[in-house]
Amino acid sequence: MFEAIAFYLFSILTAVMFYITVTTKQALFALTALAAGMIFISAFFFILGADFLGVVQIIVYTGAVMALYAFGMMFFDTTRELKERSGSSLITAGLSILSAVFVVLIFVAPIVSTKIQVTAPLIAGATNSQSVGMVLFTKYLVPFELAAVMLLVAMIAGIVLAGKKMDRSLTLMAEEEIMIAEEANRKVLL
Amino acid sequence: MDMAYLIETVVKIVVIMLIFSALAGLGTYFERKVLAFMQRRLGPMSVGPYGLLQVAADGIKLFTKEDIIPQNVVAPIFKFAPVITAATAFMAAAAIPFWPQFTVFGYTVHPIVADTEIGLLYVLAVMAIGLYGLLLGGMASANKFSLISAARTAAIFISYEVVTGLSLLAPIMIVGSLSLIDFNNYQAGGVSHWLVWTQPVAFILFWIAAFAETGRTPFHLIANDHEIIDGFGTEYSGMRWGLFFIGEYANMFFISFVIALVFLGGFGDGGLGGALALIAKVSFFFFFFLWTRAAWPDVRPDQLMWLCWKVLMPLAVVNVVVTGLVMMF
Repeated sequence: MFEAIAFYLFSILTAVMFYITVTTKQALFALTALAAGMIFISAFFFILGADFLGVVQIIVYTGAVMALYAFGMMFFDTTRELKERSGSSLITAGLSILSAVFVVLIFVAPIVSTKIQVTAPLIAGATNSQSVGMVLFTKYLVPFELAAVMLLVAMIAGIVLAGKKMDRSLTLMAEEEIMIAEEANRKVLL
Repeated sequence: MDMAYLIETVVKIVVIMLIFSALAGLGTYFERKVLAFMQRRLGPMSVGPYGLLQVAADGIKLFTKEDIIPQNVVAPIFKFAPVITAATAFMAAAAIPFWPQFTVFGYTVHPIVADTEIGLLYVLAVMAIGLYGLLLGGMASANKFSLISAARTAAIFISYEVVTGLSLLAPIMIVGSLSLIDFNNYQAGGVSHWLVWTQPVAFILFWIAAFAETGRTPFHLIANDHEIIDGFGTEYSGMRWGLFFIGEYANMFFISFVIALVFLGGFGDGGLGGALALIAKVSFFFFFFLWTRAAWPDVRPDQLMWLCWKVLMPLAVVNVVVTGLVMMF
């Protein structure tokens, strides 16, 4: 009974939160609803007994959405409503219904044809986090390492893009040095 | 899931809520007294004996003050933000074993609300959501200083999460479990079994990160003390302002419990002595939060980031690698 109550409560909460995320014109509402929706999804993992994945969902998405807030802070006045340029609402509605139907079809097809199989069966006696680790470092080792390499590539690219003039610090330079550097910059601009 | 289990859980939740709300209130009294003695003052003295009733006076003041919602703020989020901080602080307490199990009238009580296998991760994850309250409060306030404070909250959150996670990884590797009760049982053999002796680096790193997670003094710049303004709380009044502080003080108590349980043996073998020792350890860590506030100035935001990314994070990574090598060979 508790599982049913929790499931319906959190499904409604998650759906409402994501609905607010896509419909509101207020950046702060959208970000907050996104964070709340992501955190409410972790409840489904807890209901299914996948405690480890539930907590990972909370940790990863609180951090990720927090970074989005930082971008929101830099780009707009988050306390004002945004003016959105939206095209035909008919096209938007049609495309979203079509994509929703496709997603459902993709996930339901194997269940309907009863060909679904557990590729990584539960290991007897192992706790939830242990079995996640065992599957991740045996069967899915290559995708796991590939994801790590991709993240490393993204990190290095980010540092290279943002890291111009990182060898000098304005707080450590004397006043004259800063003036000379500014002069040099101006000459380049002219 | 029978009725007895449900009633027991609800009773536990209510007891923990009541004890730690009261302690959060008393925490402000302790803080003022400790700061006063360290600065050769008397602190609150007028209300009640030694100013003990000052907490009640402050409570009445906060509850009865007018709740001002300024113009231009994003009202729903502005109103909701303090609730996030206070609520997540108490939600995090669900996986903390506060006391060894004991028997009352032949009924064994486990003083932990939810004994999950991922207790430690759960506590840290939910405690981290608490920073959302400060961020949203600052961003919804339509005030420049609040916005600066919110930006600093986001920066601290993104940096110090890394240090917290990496510093705890080495003890988790040694114990091989994420449950705080397993951590306690691993160290039940006595003082020589404490993880602080095998993991001193992780202990210091986690302790430093705890100051950042709770926003206490060396890292108190989310409240813009040096701009003589209260950061995210600038536009708040009355009980909404008070809720931020209940959350902050409750977090200080809970993170002290986590440090004591993970590194300093927790409640030991579960006897009365161990239980009292746990309270003594938690009191010491709480006192240490106040002590640092009296003794240290705030660091600058750039120093905070420097400390996190150039000192603490490399140390944590080296600690994890060395621990892994030692465990392997």
